[in-house]
Amino acid sequence: MADTAGRFGPYGGQYVPEALVPALAELVDAHERYVLHNEDGFRDELREHLRTFAGRPTPLQRADALSERYGRDIYLKREDLVHGGAHKLNNALGQVLLATYMGKDRVIAETGAGQHGTATAMAAAHLDVPCEIYMGRVDVNRQRPNVYRMRMSGAEVTPVDAGSATLKEAINETMRDWAGSVETTHYAVGSVVGPHPFPALVRDFQAVIGEEIRTQIRDEAARLPDDVVACAGGGSNTMGTFAAFVEDERPADADSEGDATADVALHAVEAGGSDLGIDEESGVAPNSASLSTGTEGVLHGALTKLLQTEDGQVVESHSISAGLDYAGVGPELAELVDRDRVTPATVDDDATLTAFHRLSRLEGIIPALESSHALAYLEETCGPDADATDEDGDVSDRNDDASGRGGDVSDRGGDASGETGDADLGDLVVVTVSGRGDKDLETVLEETDRRDIETAPDVEVFDG
Amino acid sequence: MSDDRRVVETDSAIEAAIRENHPALITYLTAGDPDLASTTRYVEALDRGGADVIELGLPFSEPIAEGPTIQSAISRALEAGTTPDSFFDLVESIETDAPLVVMTYTNLLMQYGPAESGTDVAPFVERAADAGLDGVIIPDLPASEAGGVREACEAAGLDLIAIVAPTTEGERLETLLSTTSGFAYVQARLGTTGARTDVSTATHESLKRLDGADVPVAVGFGVSEPEHAREIVAAGADGVVVGSALVELAATSDDPERALEATARELKRGARAGTDANAIPEPERS
Repeated sequence: MADTAGRFGPYGGQYVPEALVPALAELVDAHERYVLHNEDGFRDELREHLRTFAGRPTPLQRADALSERYGRDIYLKREDLVHGGAHKLNNALGQVLLATYMGKDRVIAETGAGQHGTATAMAAAHLDVPCEIYMGRVDVNRQRPNVYRMRMSGAEVTPVDAGSATLKEAINETMRDWAGSVETTHYAVGSVVGPHPFPALVRDFQAVIGEEIRTQIRDEAARLPDDVVACAGGGSNTMGTFAAFVEDERPADADSEGDATADVALHAVEAGGSDLGIDEESGVAPNSASLSTGTEGVLHGALTKLLQTEDGQVVESHSISAGLDYAGVGPELAELVDRDRVTPATVDDDATLTAFHRLSRLEGIIPALESSHALAYLEETCGPDADATDEDGDVSDRNDDASGRGGDVSDRGGDASGETGDADLGDLVVVTVSGRGDKDLETVLEETDRRDIETAPDVEVFDG
Repeated sequence: MSDDRRVVETDSAIEAAIRENHPALITYLTAGDPDLASTTRYVEALDRGGADVIELGLPFSEPIAEGPTIQSAISRALEAGTTPDSFFDLVESIETDAPLVVMTYTNLLMQYGPAESGTDVAPFVERAADAGLDGVIIPDLPASEAGGVREACEAAGLDLIAIVAPTTEGERLETLLSTTSGFAYVQARLGTTGARTDVSTATHESLKRLDGADVPVAVGFGVSEPEHAREIVAAGADGVVVGSALVELAATSDDPERALEATARELKRGARAGTDANAIPEPERS
């Protein structure tokens, strides 16, 4: 048999229908030529679009109030300031532009919360390429403003009714479209997931986040950070933030203390939801913690870590943050976690909502609920109650309750909680704020109302 | 293909069934839709109606190669609680002349067996062989990823049937044809499974590319009418694969068993008409 392509350790590969294999080969070639080798000036043109249309570079801002609260220097990478309100446009612009270089005359994409769909629709309008977005019916109904934004940009939005009618079904349907239209159409995958070369391609388009952080933190602090923290769903923000730092690893035997260029610890914060277990009977996981609790399997064209039943049926994931709500994760992240280069952690919905309000109040920045997971991790590792156990209902403390997957996952969940509890962040920490939270206000209002969130504002003004 | 048709020594029950009953009718049903007991009766009805090979879909939650009809069937089968183990028990209980093939997705092969076997596909393949299946079709497993499954299938004596797409050409086509066993499953057109109203030009082009293959060639994806079967066989195929049309029939008919048996008979007749119409010499019979 031919060599298997695009592996990260055991993960990755191309588990797709035969009809798509030639298109993936074409994309591997285009990735190599245009993205890696700047053929026809692709990278130069992309950089110009990123600067003038997307608003890059985004600032790296010292968060003074957070720095004081946590007793160390906290810097925020402000991807919420990218045009469209999230890091998603970095990849969408890259892929739509790549489609034009490849001579494809149509772009299709899946979207969950609607952020990738919106970014792709805006990039397609900007570059004048016809665009169709597949979106689960449930998501269409709960993300109406984003659906309208896509339509305003001229994109077709096609609701998907199958299964749970959310992101994973939208991906299935986009792959089906592509299997029939592959000769003229490019599939702009929205995260570092899917068959090779998508995990590498999307990572390379998002890597601008970490590359800018590297330059900016040197200007600010004259050294690299001790810790870099990013939220992880599919993992495009995570890999985009981490890629520039993956090599900054202190060799296990080196006595390199004080070496300013070594040992940047990387923390991927997942959605712990309301519980880390899986209900085998209903096929539902009330979390999206595939790095922390998932098992190896194939989803959407790649071998990775995913949330599944013992039989191998992929379960429905859940998170307060629609953008992290995915049962799989990028294969490269799975491999980085396996070799302990990336530390996975989970925070639950309550801690996330609390962090959302805290950043809004302390810094005047309304973070996306996705990004709020990374901010909640700061609180759980460095906050006033960081050493407390079992008080705040932190997911990290709840792992022992994880049920349904037997000892295997409970053990892994235990590991994850250990990581969260043991994590000792250094003096210089960078957190990526992957998007802005305006899109989440409806969810936040509803969820805040039925919980007791100490950092939330008093909204009695609405009464009467 | 037709010109080279001859009596071939083969260990494959599937290949033998296709050659002996040329032109062959290959049918698909989703196991467990609406429940496993019904599947048994439906399969036996198709067998009576003249199906020469019967594919059974083992439902997976993410069926990326299926169109709406089979997606819905898979949802119903999962809803009814179909699992790999209950599927294998079903296969053991079915008695047909036609060889049985399981059609499913990579992840179910990887997860089957004791937890310590990890993603090893051998436990699934061995269980499939023990249950009496003769072959495996995995739509999300292209040749480049199929090494492990192929080894396990060879060890267990199962055919691994490759899907040949309209985009499969040149070296990839050679590789697929040299590694597929049982038959080469030619995808009639780009896209997913699902009944269509015509036979695409892509089908004719694919059959030309496959002329001279030394495994039987059967065409599926969109075949629903006896007339399609006639045209495809006339164009040189050794068989037709009909899925969505039968799944739809089973789901909507008042008397699914009778309807399936009658429709299988019609489809088989259509396929036979393809050999007469094209004045291709009758196959040598042993």
